[in-house]
Amino acid sequence: MMEALIKDIGFIIGTTLMYSTPLIFTSLGGVITERSGVVNIGLEGMMCFGAFAGAAGAYFSQDPWIGFACAAIAGGLLALLHAIACVSFAAEQIVSGIAINFMGTGAALFISRMLFDGATQTLTIPNKMPLPLNFLFGEGKMFASSGFMDLVFNRFATVYIAFLMVFLIWFILYKTKIGMRVRAVGENPEAANTLGISVVKIRYGAVIMSGVFAGLGGAAMSIAVVSRFSNTLISGHGFIALAAMIFGKWKPQGALVACLLFGGAKGVEIFLGAKGVPVPGDILAILPYVLTIVVLVGVVGKTTPPGAIGKIFDKGESA
Amino acid sequence: MKKLFVFGLAVIFCSVFALVGTATAKKFKVAMVTDVGGVNDQSFNQSAWEGLKRAKKELGIKIAYKESRQDADYAPNMETLTDAEFDLIWGIGFLMGDAIKSTAMINPDQNYAIIDFSYGPETPKNVGCAVFQEEQPSFLVGYIAGRMTKTNKVGFVGGIKFPLIERFEYGFMAGVKLANPKCEILRQYAESFTDAAKGKAIANNMYQQGADIVFHASGGVGDGVIEAAKEKGKWAIGVDKDQNFLAPDNVLTSAMKRVDIAIYHMSNTMVKGEFKGGETVVYNLSNNGVGIAPTSSKHVPKSILDEVDGLIGKIKAGEIVVPSTNDAYMSFIK
Repeated sequence: MMEALIKDIGFIIGTTLMYSTPLIFTSLGGVITERSGVVNIGLEGMMCFGAFAGAAGAYFSQDPWIGFACAAIAGGLLALLHAIACVSFAAEQIVSGIAINFMGTGAALFISRMLFDGATQTLTIPNKMPLPLNFLFGEGKMFASSGFMDLVFNRFATVYIAFLMVFLIWFILYKTKIGMRVRAVGENPEAANTLGISVVKIRYGAVIMSGVFAGLGGAAMSIAVVSRFSNTLISGHGFIALAAMIFGKWKPQGALVACLLFGGAKGVEIFLGAKGVPVPGDILAILPYVLTIVVLVGVVGKTTPPGAIGKIFDKGESA
Repeated sequence: MKKLFVFGLAVIFCSVFALVGTATAKKFKVAMVTDVGGVNDQSFNQSAWEGLKRAKKELGIKIAYKESRQDADYAPNMETLTDAEFDLIWGIGFLMGDAIKSTAMINPDQNYAIIDFSYGPETPKNVGCAVFQEEQPSFLVGYIAGRMTKTNKVGFVGGIKFPLIERFEYGFMAGVKLANPKCEILRQYAESFTDAAKGKAIANNMYQQGADIVFHASGGVGDGVIEAAKEKGKWAIGVDKDQNFLAPDNVLTSAMKRVDIAIYHMSNTMVKGEFKGGETVVYNLSNNGVGIAPTSSKHVPKSILDEVDGLIGKIKAGEIVVPSTNDAYMSFIK
């Protein structure tokens, strides 16, 4: 009885980690760009494009790491367009983000058709992301297979990378000069400018990095959770990651908690569904969303975005 | 001058071709509107398009398709094809039910057909409906699962719970119970057709509970189910088309729905002038509209496949009526 309960908890935690990982990458991307003052609602499109590029790269190179790198590049390229529109040409950031969402999904399907014989999905990749701790689990190893430890800790490399990245981004944002500059640009670009910080350069960098992370988030889906890209693989993940970032008060650690909360709610939902609780499945299915809203309103309270978010920065040279 | 000469030549050629074109017998034109999956979705829409391509080759008809980007595109796409004067316009998938009906009411002289949907007695006179008895192939794969499980536990993952998916569910369960009355069946719906991660989690949980074969009828969610089977070294059973290519060592068999056969067959009746609107054609084992995947022989022993052949004979003969609802299932297993 006790053993079964521990296994159930292991299953919920394991599912939480699987669900959260793509969201963590993507919401970190959101944190970086928004802290520099540029809204990026194009995360969904970047994620989708990254998921495709990751699967295609891993398929053709037979190496998941090359796929992972392709996803980062693909997401970064798409974000570059957003940066050009929003930073150089002072376009409305929401509108550009919407355009990026259409473009990312469209480009993924379009290129997929060219490379995969007209199909809007890639073929199955030959090698998935490795399970770095797999050697610890199994017959005669340190931990039994499909025990609690296996269920929780025997995860794809992407899971560990996601957690490392949260720490890394936190460190960069709060403990380094460049991080301080990013935050300064997001709070008060005029003041930062007078101190000789290049607002344009910082914002370009931050927006491109957001695309890189969203691309990695997509790849965490297409080369770890499953092993190919399909046209329905990324359906709403980017927007959930966006919400998680806001919910996490524009902080990497906050975004992490928000993503884990959402993933955890999914894990509980699936667990309850499997137990055959007398609640209709569609009611269970809205649990993660309801929980997110409840926590957002009840626990997190008022969130304050960076001061200069969404505002167009004009150096004022023309004035 | 030279340009003028080339232009003149082109005009002459064009008119000659045009004359030849009108001189031959009337060419039938059939088009289809895909749902949001697009024409190369490796599933439903692609199967439909393959049916039309076969009709083009064998019946010499002209074919075309129009893809829908979102649900709101269905009606405008129908209108566009209606204006282009096709003899028959297909809507692929039950989601197009409303769009086809309303377009058909406005254009009573145009023939339409729809896959996976029937309006019953309400069917407009210019609409043909093609539906499948999904419970039959599900029954067959269920039988295979029941015979091949080593743990006496199998699973079913559904997309969203509505009657069409329930036909898969109860057909499968009946097959399992016929082969192996003691076998336990775990069931769960993902409430989604896209959430692959959820499919993976559900299937992982089923394998953890001791199931060794999981059947899915859940579209994109099934990607996750098959992935879980691959990672855990267990069996999955595919749906709609032969899904063995997704995981050649782990997809045991697939419950196939031959949309291509339905499309070809109905287009053929139109060419022969026998197309009857206002009716629903049911595709099942008897007209090869459903079946199990040809790759089944890779993993399923011949003796079991022979038994499946026996079942197919009995279903065709009406000796076995495969249940498609909970009530029918309950009386089936009694």
